[in-house]
This record gives sequence, C-alpha cells and structure tokens, in this order.
Amino acid sequence: MIYREAGQFKSNYAADMAVFPLKQDRIGIVVIILLAYSMAFFGSTFMLQAVLIPFLIFALAAIGLNMLVGYTGLLSLGTGAFMGVGAYACYKLMTIFPEVNVVVWIFVSGFFAAGIGVLFGLPSLRIKGFYLAVATLAAQFFLQWTFNRVPWLVNYNISGAIEAPRRTLFDVQIVGAAATPQARYIVVLTIVIILTWIASNIVHGRIGRQWMAIRDMDIAAELMGIRPFKAKLMAFAVSSYYCGVAGAMMVFLWYGGAEYNVFNIDQSFEILFMVIIGGLGSLIGSFFGAALIFMLPIAMGALLPAIFEPLGIRIGAETIEHLRFMILGAMIIFFLIVEPHGLARLWQIVKQKLRVWPFPY
Amino acid sequence: MNLLHQIFIEPFAFMGEAPDLLLQVLWEGFVSGILYALIALGFVLIFKASGVFNFAQGIMVVFAALTLVGFHAMGVPAILALALAIGVMFLLAVTVERVVLRPLVNQPDIILFMATFGITYFLIGFGELIFGGEPKQMITSELMLPQGRTSFDVAGGFVAVQHIDVAAAVIAVIMIATLGIFFSKTRIGRALRAVADSHKAALSVGISLNQIWVIVWFAAGIVALVTGIMWGARSDVSFALQIIALKALPVLILGGFTSIPGAIVGGLIIGFGEKLAEFYWGPIVGGGIESWFAYVIALIFLVFRPQGLFGEKIIERI
Repeated sequence: MIYREAGQFKSNYAADMAVFPLKQDRIGIVVIILLAYSMAFFGSTFMLQAVLIPFLIFALAAIGLNMLVGYTGLLSLGTGAFMGVGAYACYKLMTIFPEVNVVVWIFVSGFFAAGIGVLFGLPSLRIKGFYLAVATLAAQFFLQWTFNRVPWLVNYNISGAIEAPRRTLFDVQIVGAAATPQARYIVVLTIVIILTWIASNIVHGRIGRQWMAIRDMDIAAELMGIRPFKAKLMAFAVSSYYCGVAGAMMVFLWYGGAEYNVFNIDQSFEILFMVIIGGLGSLIGSFFGAALIFMLPIAMGALLPAIFEPLGIRIGAETIEHLRFMILGAMIIFFLIVEPHGLARLWQIVKQKLRVWPFPY
Repeated sequence: MNLLHQIFIEPFAFMGEAPDLLLQVLWEGFVSGILYALIALGFVLIFKASGVFNFAQGIMVVFAALTLVGFHAMGVPAILALALAIGVMFLLAVTVERVVLRPLVNQPDIILFMATFGITYFLIGFGELIFGGEPKQMITSELMLPQGRTSFDVAGGFVAVQHIDVAAAVIAVIMIATLGIFFSKTRIGRALRAVADSHKAALSVGISLNQIWVIVWFAAGIVALVTGIMWGARSDVSFALQIIALKALPVLILGGFTSIPGAIVGGLIIGFGEKLAEFYWGPIVGGGIESWFAYVIALIFLVFRPQGLFGEKIIERI
C-alpha cells in the first residue's frame, strides 16, 4: 500500500542501477536525514551525547567491518586496533599541524589505519576463514601493545592517555572540553552520511562486485579475471579506513580522550556482533546492528530495574552487564540459526509486506 | 649498530653468563607450552570431529574451573565437586549440540565459528552471573595435587621447580596419550575420524552425528576442566584466563588444526619462544611483548606454511 511502485518506469540504465530506485525510498531517505539533523536542535544533551553520537560512530565502524566480513568474506578480529590507529594518527596529526582543520585530519587519519590494515591484511592472500581471524588477532594484540608502550604516540603524556585539544570548525568549537554535544553531533552526522554515501557507491560498483565474487568463491572469481590480490587488499584498506575514521571520531567527538585499552578485543567483538546481527553484507544492517547492540544495555538498564524492583529483586549494574553478555551471546546464535542475513533481512521483509499490503503476496 | 648489538649479542652473552637463569626460563617456557598445548588439544578434538573451530574453548576452561571451585565453596567435598563439574560439562555438551550445532548442520564453517563467539559471550555472562567476576583460589590441596617447590643447584645458581608444574606436565602427557589411543584404537574414535572426514559419508554408514558431537564436546569439556585446574593452580581462577587461552590459537596455527602431536609441538614452540623473547629481548622494546609475540610468530608462519607443521596440505577445488 505504502510502497506502490506502479507507474514508476526505468527508462535508462542509470535509473535501473540507482541505489534508491523507488520514489518513496528517495523521499524516505531525505526525511530521515532531515529528522537526523533536526535531532541536534530537539534532542536533549543526554540523548545526543549518550545515544546518538556513539550510535553513529559505531554504525560507521560496523559499515567498515561489514565491507570486509559481509562483502568480501574475510573475518577480522582486529577492528578495535584499527580504530585505535585512526585515533592515534589523528591525535598526532592534530598536535603536529594544529593550523589545519581537525575535520581534515579525521578524514586523513583513516588513511593511516588503511595502511596498517593492508599490512595486516597481507596474509589474507594465502589464508582465509579462521586462519585469517587468528592473523588479525595478531594485529589486535600487537597494535594495542604499541599504543601502550610507545610514548611518542601520546606526545610523552605521563598519563599515557590521549586528550582532545581544543579545535574549532567555522568558529564553533567541536573538539575539546567546551564543545557542545549539538555541534559534535552535527559534525559526526555529516561525516557518517558522506562516508555511508561513498560506501554505498563502492559496494554497488565494480569494486563491490569484485568483493562479492571473492566472498562467494575466491578461486572461481580469480578464474574469471578478478585479481584477489587487489580486491582483498582493497577490502582491507577501505574497511580499515572506515574503522580508523570511526576510531578518530570516537575519541575526539565522543569520549574527549582515551587510553590504549579502549581499543581492546572486546571492542572488536562488539563491532563484529553489530555486523552479524545487523546483517552480513548490508549497509543499512550495520545501522540496525549498531542501534540494537549499543542501545541494548541502555534499554536494559532502564527496563530491568523497573520490572524487578517492585518484586523485591535488586538488579545491580554488574548484573545488567552480565545479562547483557548472555543476551548478546544468545542473540548471535539465534540470528545465525534463524536469520543469517540479520535485521537487514527483516527490514526487507517488512518493506515487501508494505508493498503488497493488504494482500499476502 | 648499538641496536643490533642489543638484539644479536647481548642476550646470548647473558644466556652464557647465567645458565641457571636460562634453564629457569626454559622450564617456565616448557610448562606454559604444555598448558597451551592442553588448551589447543580441546580445540583440535572438536575441530577433528565436527569441523567446528571452537572459539569458546578458552571460556570453557574458565567455566569448568569456576564450576569446580563454586561447588566446593558450597560445601561439597572435592571429589564430589569434581564429579559434579564433569556432569556440568556433559550438560553443556548436550546443550551446545542441541541448541547450536544441530540447527546449523551443513552451514559454512565460518558461520559455525561465529556461533562459537555467541557461546563464548553467553558463557562469560552466565559464569559471571552465577559465580561472580572476582578471581578465586583453586582447591589445589583438596584435589591432592602437590604444592611447594624444589630447587636444584645448577652451575653456580639454582633452578626452582614448582611441584604443580611437574604434575601438570605428567597429567598432560597421560591425557594426550589416552586421547591418542582413544582416537586410533576404539570404535568411537574411528567414528570420530570418519565424521571429521565427511559428515555425509559418516551418516550414510550409520554413524550418529548428534551422538558423536556430544561425545566430542564432552571430551573437550573434560580437557577444559583439567586445563582449568592446572592453570587455576598456577595463578587463580578468573575470567582473565580466557585471554590467555586465546594463545592456543597461534599454537594451532603452528601445529595444524587436525594434529594432536602438532598441538603439543606448537604449544612447546610458543611456550619456549614467548618466554625467551620476553626475558631476553623484551627489555629492548620496553617489555610486555608476551601479549603479542605468539600471534606474530603465527602470522609469519602463516605466510610461509599455511597448513601448519603437521597439517594436511590444503587443496582447493571449484
């Protein structure tokens, strides 16, 4: 009913290849983007700082990992470390060249993460599956150790932590202690929209098709003339770029400072779970997965005490944390069994139902 | 030049100067190598029989040890607690088979691998919810495991050997031998190998996949319990063990995923390599290289010999 595509004809190739072929989709995306920007003015500080900013940042990291795991079929457990590379690179660049705008450095820091990602992606040319997962664990532990042990990375700060210096964009402070959540939210949102748009073009284009061919069967893809060397390293580079930008944003536009153990293996797993639950090989799924996994503890923290406290059972913060781990684990297994394509697939089903409603099909 | 000197000359000179220290480091490496091999053994068991790369083996070690200590803390005698812990591992095996493996039959390996992440997280949450997150003391004396240590005089110094380490080595050797015999001589062992070769072929000759999976996860659970007792006796029982247990992954890469001797040799290489590197070369870069050294060895190894030392050559067809 809502989705009625009757009368919308595709008369050229460009229209046929469009990311949003339906008019309703195009209107919908504009409305969503406008709503997202208006949240900066209507959303409370808590909403922006504790929910929306981290959600967008994690969604970007999940998009990055999804390009590697979902589109190219290369499992990586080093996401947290690649995010860290972005954050530390951004910090060094910001402090060495303070006159250049910080937003530029956030984008540039991704390239450092991409370089490191390619380096640790080199074994992917010979190995795959869980062998590769172990190889990326090397990246995780080695890089985390580097963040901790190389004082140059934190400008010889005695605390061993990076702290966001004050930086402005158009004379509005966006990085540093005095930056308002509103300003930071708009910057984060803009960066995420731009990068999502680029990601969408990459995965729908030639490179994305190469990745998917590699994922489905790499030997067959090679015989068809796709160079695994180029395609796989490209996947590592692009994926790490996104993770690096997400890491830089996480430290400078959300936390305001970070230590090396922010980028630990749990962070890597969290992002991987967002990808699995959201849907392997789906950009919108990355947003869904990030929303579900990031909001889960917030929702549980609000709901569980409200339900159990009247019954006389006290729910402590640590109990919620333990329950969160259990639910997360159970959800992973559930989604892998019942809906391997994740929330993105559920979204498609809903769209299909809306299209044919009130008829069953 | 100075750096080269530090890397290539000083450590060896130091080794020659203090052979007792070298022996001590080698012994430490040997013991941790044995323990890595034990964890790796759990991985190999499950991988051989079901083709599942069980990421949850590490948390199973922690969970088994916690169950044992937890039962004992409730006032159950040590031997009974041990039996109950074995019972819990059996229940876990049945549950995993029912809830996770059975619905995922015939899925790609990587999906099953990711499902074991789910098991890992579930067990972390479940274990912490029931037993609490704080580290616990392993009931070493109640299980009649030896304690204390003996010092040997070697070349002007001494080497201290913990009795529990000797016990760990002996138990590991017994266990590996038992498993080896079990795999090659018994009826169930042969069925396990058949399943590993091909699920479909095994099914067609009348081997029950479900039964085999329960058996093999149970066996891995017992290996995890033994490993948990040994690790727990050396330090204490806490969830931090889980990160250490991840070191079994590079061990597997070195040894090959399907080879029990490979797990042992790989474990020893990683154990020796890591302790030597930490003690002699670690100070040059500021120490703490134990956390990643094993992975980097594995990474370098992967580039040259992806199938591991003892693994079968990987042949891929379309």
